[in-house]
Amino acid sequence: MTAPAATPASSEALIRFEGLHKAFGPKVVFDDLSLEVRRGETLAVIGGSGAGKSVLLKCLIGLMDPDDGRIIFDGQDLTGFGEKEFLPIRRRVAMVFQASALFDSISVGENIEYPLRVHFPEMSDEERAHRVARVLSLVNLPGIEAMRPSDLSGGMRRRVGLARAIATEPHVILWDEPTTGLDPISTRIIDNLIKGMRAKLRCTSIVVTHDMQSAFSVSDRIAMLASHRIVQVGTVAEMRASTVKEVRAFLDARKGEARVD
Amino acid sequence: MTAPDDEYSSEESDRESLGAIVGQELESLIPFRAKFRRGMAQLGGMFVLAGRALARGVQPPSSFGAIVYQVESLGARSVSIGTLTAAFAGLVIAIQFGFFLARFGVQHTVGKVVVLTLFRELAPVLTALTVGGRIGSGIAAELGSMKVTEQVDAVRALGADPIKRLVVPRVYACLVVMPMLTVLADVTGFLAGAWVTKFEYDISFAQFFTSALDTVDESDFLSGVGKSVVFGLIIAVVGCYKGLHVEGGTEGVGRATTQTVAVSSVAVLLADFFLTKLLLTIT
Repeated sequence: MTAPAATPASSEALIRFEGLHKAFGPKVVFDDLSLEVRRGETLAVIGGSGAGKSVLLKCLIGLMDPDDGRIIFDGQDLTGFGEKEFLPIRRRVAMVFQASALFDSISVGENIEYPLRVHFPEMSDEERAHRVARVLSLVNLPGIEAMRPSDLSGGMRRRVGLARAIATEPHVILWDEPTTGLDPISTRIIDNLIKGMRAKLRCTSIVVTHDMQSAFSVSDRIAMLASHRIVQVGTVAEMRASTVKEVRAFLDARKGEARVD
Repeated sequence: MTAPDDEYSSEESDRESLGAIVGQELESLIPFRAKFRRGMAQLGGMFVLAGRALARGVQPPSSFGAIVYQVESLGARSVSIGTLTAAFAGLVIAIQFGFFLARFGVQHTVGKVVVLTLFRELAPVLTALTVGGRIGSGIAAELGSMKVTEQVDAVRALGADPIKRLVVPRVYACLVVMPMLTVLADVTGFLAGAWVTKFEYDISFAQFFTSALDTVDESDFLSGVGKSVVFGLIIAVVGCYKGLHVEGGTEGVGRATTQTVAVSSVAVLLADFFLTKLLLTIT
């Protein structure tokens, strides 16, 4: 396996989750969770279904509030931020949703224009159209501006979701289960896009997944979320050789699944 | 020696069964209290949502384009059902009142009764119940589907305000659409009443119109239209609130849709009672 070729990750932490607690009624999701994401790296967060991987991403951009603990983004403590304070954060941190979350009632082009109209109201129609065309080319889907989201395949929807996320040229991309439910070819296309985005946009990525092949393929480091906290963070090699019970159980189960497949 | 034991057992068993009944009653009260508390929380949430939507609607950037789109989308598709309902309401009340007024030999006054009943009460309420149910459930289903497919989260993640983008256009559109449909219902019901009266009771259009217009004044017309604005607000806010609070995937969307029809219908009837009292006091 080749390491992602791009700008090397620095050791400086861009995002820090510190002592995070989160529960939905009696169901505890995080209990004293801490994690650092380095500037420029691609970090995969793995863990079982319902472990809270997506919740972690949603807490970072304020779609959910942690019950306790702090999230530091680029030296800025996000604790107590309201919708207005999160606006500049959401311009710098874009999220690619699990099921794309494209707006069905408008075209592909209008979907991608959406964040541009919010964050760059002064941008001319011509500039906006040019930006839309450029990001669609980046995801290898040029010329589909007029199509409706309902006309696209699952893999194409994910790519348009990515195009919409990168339209504002974010510094961080959050990928929520980017390859779940896709065929192997589409999965490989998305994996290559994740690696490509890092090279082209020089951005930091957090990829939430339970697809181990994807995690090994795209990430510099992997964090395992289990038992309401991060049980291990390490490079791909370190995680493969891990003796931590939860990591071992997860990796061995996935190997078993692969054999059954 | 069994009698005392039996007596004791019987007393104990009575006490136990009484305790069990009281316990069951208390237990049945707990879910009721929880439901009541949840209902009050939802009512409060709807008032807050209504306030926010009305306030943000007048703040920049303008939502005019989105409101026009919703007026077209919600209004145009509801014209046929609104017209049909009003036409049959007009036909039925004209036949009913004509029948009873004929007993007293004053069937020529049927126009007055039909127009007053329609303008003040039936047109706004029937439109709110039939068209409003359709509009409200449509809003709940659309926003609910957006919620379960994370589109509402996406609106926030992309830096936009879901209330401004999703709720404001629908609420303001309903404030415009409901009075328009009510006026349409007034006209349709009136014409249907005039038509059936001519054939059933041999009262000419001129007699019907004269009778109606001699009686009705602008306050009768405006009270019905005024009510429909409030009904429009209720229907839109209930639909938006239920849609944005969907839980439990597609099953939750179905639940929110039916709840919207039930809640908005009851709320419209309650509001109608209080508005009628208020409007009769001030006019």
